[in-house]
Amino acid sequence: MSANLNLMAPPKGLDAKYSDDQGSVITTNVDQVINWLLNWGRSNSVWYLLFGLACCAIELMQTGGPRGDLERFGAAPRPSPRSSDLFIIAGTLTYKMALRVKRLYDQMSEPRFVISMGSCSNCGGLFQYAYSVCKGVDQIIPVDVYVPGCPPRPEALLEGLLKIQEKIKNEKYLQRRYGVVGA
Amino acid sequence: MTPEAIFKRLQEKFGEETVFDFHEVSDKNRDAWFQVAPFEIEPVCEYLKTEPDLAFDYLESMTGVDYPDDKKIVVVDHIYSYGHKHRVILKAFLDREDPAMPTLVNVWSTANWHERECFDLLGVLFEGHPDLRRILLPDDWEGHPLRKDYEEKEEYHGIPTQRPNPIELYKIGVPGKDKKAS
Repeated sequence: MSANLNLMAPPKGLDAKYSDDQGSVITTNVDQVINWLLNWGRSNSVWYLLFGLACCAIELMQTGGPRGDLERFGAAPRPSPRSSDLFIIAGTLTYKMALRVKRLYDQMSEPRFVISMGSCSNCGGLFQYAYSVCKGVDQIIPVDVYVPGCPPRPEALLEGLLKIQEKIKNEKYLQRRYGVVGA
Repeated sequence: MTPEAIFKRLQEKFGEETVFDFHEVSDKNRDAWFQVAPFEIEPVCEYLKTEPDLAFDYLESMTGVDYPDDKKIVVVDHIYSYGHKHRVILKAFLDREDPAMPTLVNVWSTANWHERECFDLLGVLFEGHPDLRRILLPDDWEGHPLRKDYEEKEEYHGIPTQRPNPIELYKIGVPGKDKKAS
């Protein structure tokens, strides 16, 4: 685990000086603090879209259950793509469903992240020579984290969520939203 | 009743033109089966269902098999009687170029979806079916994939249907096969 996972880690570039007479002084860059604050909030409220396609969905339920307990990281299942940040594709993806996955992904609002869970959604897995199975979710939508396994254990999916949180914490929203000076 | 007794009875009723080619249980044939002429199958099934001491009230399964060497598509019906606890297997041999037979929806309603599946995957046309369209594959799918000569398309709605093998793509050594592999 990297230091980014520490919730109380101060934003980069923050420098605090304390003085008894003059009051405290903190010097920092506004954008870094705002980025840190946004990332801190977003990474600890990753709501995921419930999207179980096959047996991986059983492990997804286990991860959401009391032992895996995704919710202790602030990740709550959502029934609608419009209110979710993370798309966990759990299971075998057929071509018929692939078009629906594309549509659901388009309905999600940014910032959005995708976890491809299990061998089937990574590359087609066991069914990759079948006529009806899509050879990987990355053929239709961009994927942030691949979780290998058939199916992956709940711990593996938790690790995937932590990777997503790590990724969110390194985002630079202000720069992306308003552009970089001199760029 | 044994399948052979049922076969004899059907032959008496419908003649040797319609019901024929009985196969006994053997190593090759795990279950006894016989052929029914495809276009006479509906009255035969109606008889099997309504006759009190046959009373086949349950169509267990209806599938198709493709035999390209014999130029045949065979529709196999497994039917069962809950009352008498006996089972019989009917086969209808269809021409592979133009596979068509009458529907059994009017006898067993279960046949509706089974026939749609058979049409979807093998392209058998069931004449008189109330709603003969694809059931598993998308409506805009081309071809019938369980036919032996089916060839996969290059892409489906822009989604490529092939994924390169990473071992060949990135020249990864395989332990045991490749001596350089660590």
